[in-house]
Amino acid sequence: MKLTGAQILMKVFQEEGVDTLFGYPGGAVVDIYDELARTDIRHILVRHEQGGVHAADGYARASGKVGVCLVTSGPGATNTVTGIASAYMDSIPIVVITGQVPTHLIGNDAFQEVDIVGITRPCTKHNYLVKNIDDLARILREAFFLARSGRPGPVLVDIPKDIARATAGYKFPKAVKMPSYNPTYNPNMHQLQKVVKLVQDARRPMIFAGGGVILSKSAPELTEFARKTRIPVTTSLMGLGAFPGSDPLWLGMLGMHGTYRANMSTSACDLLIAIGVRFDDRVTGKTDAFAAQSKIVHIDIDPTSIRKNIPVTIPVVGDCKITLGHLNRLIDALDLGELDDRRREWLDTIAAWKSTQPLAYQQGETIKPQFVIEKLYELTRDRETIITTEVGQNQMWAAQYYHFEKPGHFITSGGLGVMGFGLPAAIGAQTACPDSLVVDVAGDGSIQMNIQEMATAVQYGLPVKVVILNNRYLGMVRQWQELFYECRYACTSMEHAPDFVKLAEAYGAVGLRAEKPEEVEAVLREGLFSPRTVIMDFRVQQTECVYPMVPAGAPITEMLLV
Amino acid sequence: MTEENHVLSLLVDNEPGVLSRIVGLFSGRGFNIESLCVAETTEPGISRITIVTKANTPVVEQIKKQLNKLINILKVYELTGQDFVQREMALIKVTAKPEHRAEILRIVDIFRCKVVDVGQEHYTIEVTGDQGKLAAIISLLKPLGIKEIAKTGIIALFREPK
Ligand SMILES: Cc1ncc(C[n+]2csc(CCOP(=O)(O)OP(=O)(O)O)c2C)c(N)n1
Ligand SMILES: [Mg+2]
Repeated sequence: MKLTGAQILMKVFQEEGVDTLFGYPGGAVVDIYDELARTDIRHILVRHEQGGVHAADGYARASGKVGVCLVTSGPGATNTVTGIASAYMDSIPIVVITGQVPTHLIGNDAFQEVDIVGITRPCTKHNYLVKNIDDLARILREAFFLARSGRPGPVLVDIPKDIARATAGYKFPKAVKMPSYNPTYNPNMHQLQKVVKLVQDARRPMIFAGGGVILSKSAPELTEFARKTRIPVTTSLMGLGAFPGSDPLWLGMLGMHGTYRANMSTSACDLLIAIGVRFDDRVTGKTDAFAAQSKIVHIDIDPTSIRKNIPVTIPVVGDCKITLGHLNRLIDALDLGELDDRRREWLDTIAAWKSTQPLAYQQGETIKPQFVIEKLYELTRDRETIITTEVGQNQMWAAQYYHFEKPGHFITSGGLGVMGFGLPAAIGAQTACPDSLVVDVAGDGSIQMNIQEMATAVQYGLPVKVVILNNRYLGMVRQWQELFYECRYACTSMEHAPDFVKLAEAYGAVGLRAEKPEEVEAVLREGLFSPRTVIMDFRVQQTECVYPMVPAGAPITEMLLV
Repeated sequence: MTEENHVLSLLVDNEPGVLSRIVGLFSGRGFNIESLCVAETTEPGISRITIVTKANTPVVEQIKKQLNKLINILKVYELTGQDFVQREMALIKVTAKPEHRAEILRIVDIFRCKVVDVGQEHYTIEVTGDQGKLAAIISLLKPLGIKEIAKTGIIALFREPK
């Protein structure tokens, strides 16, 4: 039996277990939409294609499945670029389907033609232009396979309108044959023996985990490893939740806005076991000074991450879950002796760093943004809560003052740092986890970058909560201006903003506001327990800064403190 | 660390866009390309690309890993540091005044190359060899007046064990 391209697309979606799509229609994809409407796949009509990609990203992170976004050619396609680039930096498995002008018009500057495959080549794991209907099923299958396997990432498939209408015989290609694509899952055991030896000998070991641990679902293995070797753990922003925030071995986040003890420990340790990280400059600061006294083990599935920024003693290419599983078995077979004794001095040193310089802020007349996050944590810690963030100070305070016990509960645009990410990502996460409480911790600047998605949330009854830390500034940039540009606040005031309460109401959502510290808890309670979509506008202290802060390019021990 | 030329040989799927992925990778990540040659192999659908890049050792390692990561690349070999043969061809259009013709032909003879086009005012010379040979003939012809030059860039293969 012959199927049209659009029908083949639906078949593959079903085979791949896609039950939700985020998308926006247009001329080049009407055929696909026409077919989509006949299936029971749920389509969430976003209000901007960028929102669609971020929603697919949030969906993927919250569900552990591949997120899918469908858009039209030309402007629909170009609007996806920021979302794709963000998913690429954070290694999030999404498939983006773009419509394209009919094949005979490609290259003619046709109406709404754009070379989206060319544009997204450097920010996708791979991408395809389908030129022959007979290739469609195979390409789609490969796209899903590539998105989720190895180091995950976004894959784009550009489907010309005539291909969506053409017909071909269909058979779901069960096996994917890609001779040029062979991610290394199994680590070299010889290397692991060396790692174990280092673990045995180390006096001041520490673990630095990242998003790779979350992506490979190896948080349980990591926790087992850390606990049985009694090695303290820090993570990157992307790794928050990979290790329980309540564990005594938890050091807090590392890097530019990391905790004092995490940054100090990294400089003092003699063994750093880096797992599923890529040593972003926001983590390392000045690379020559980073973990300078330490041997470094680097475990990652992507060989390009290893020795890209930081020289390492033992590279291990492999899947984090499999590798940590092996390490745990190897450690089991070993007598590590009286670990408490051996670690006492090191853990005491760390405890002293923690007590001299804890994360802190001063209460005052006005609402402190950190206080809002602390209260938010208190009120939601016993519920299944997913936090998404925008970008800037709000993101860093969420990372510092909310404590994550489990992976998949903190969703942020880490690598690209996209303002406007949080609300659509929350919509995606809420779609994946209808019973969870999903909160977007937002800044007043960022929220205006994809505010239109409020309509999406309300339309689909997604009870997302937006907590705006409203400082009337592009706060993070203002902080740089205050600290490094002698308080010259060029173009960072956001005084001209809408009334967020009225705006929420205009969208058919609930709008709440707190102006004094004593109102914070009541507003949070009302907002968080409402069954509806809510914006909570917290008028916070305007000039609060995020501390600790390591100036860009400085060693991470050179922290500006409160 | 010192930057040296490294010869890389890639086997790639002969698909549209592959070259652009490779070139984009080099430009996007600030790697440089000294020369690049592409042509089909005898196996249908597979091309060989020879790239010469100037980089220090850690950067070459990174380049090879990044190339390997591209989906359409089947194999990445580094020839530098191994036993390999390399060749480059150049077409050199040289001004051929009557009083210089004999000398040009003598050079052509010594370098075992060919004159492939003759005009009133010029000879076009085809020369093949390693980079040293090409550099040598070019430096000899230069004083006589090189009008135009086209070079293929290096192609190279491993030597088989004897
Ligand atoms: C799309 C985009 N444009 C610009 C920036 C640069 N940037 C980083 S943080 C920031 C300020 C964000 O302001 P706001 O959302 O109010 O958050 P705050 O820092 O005040 O909490 C800006 C402009 C960015 N990250 N993303
Ligand atoms: Mg702000």
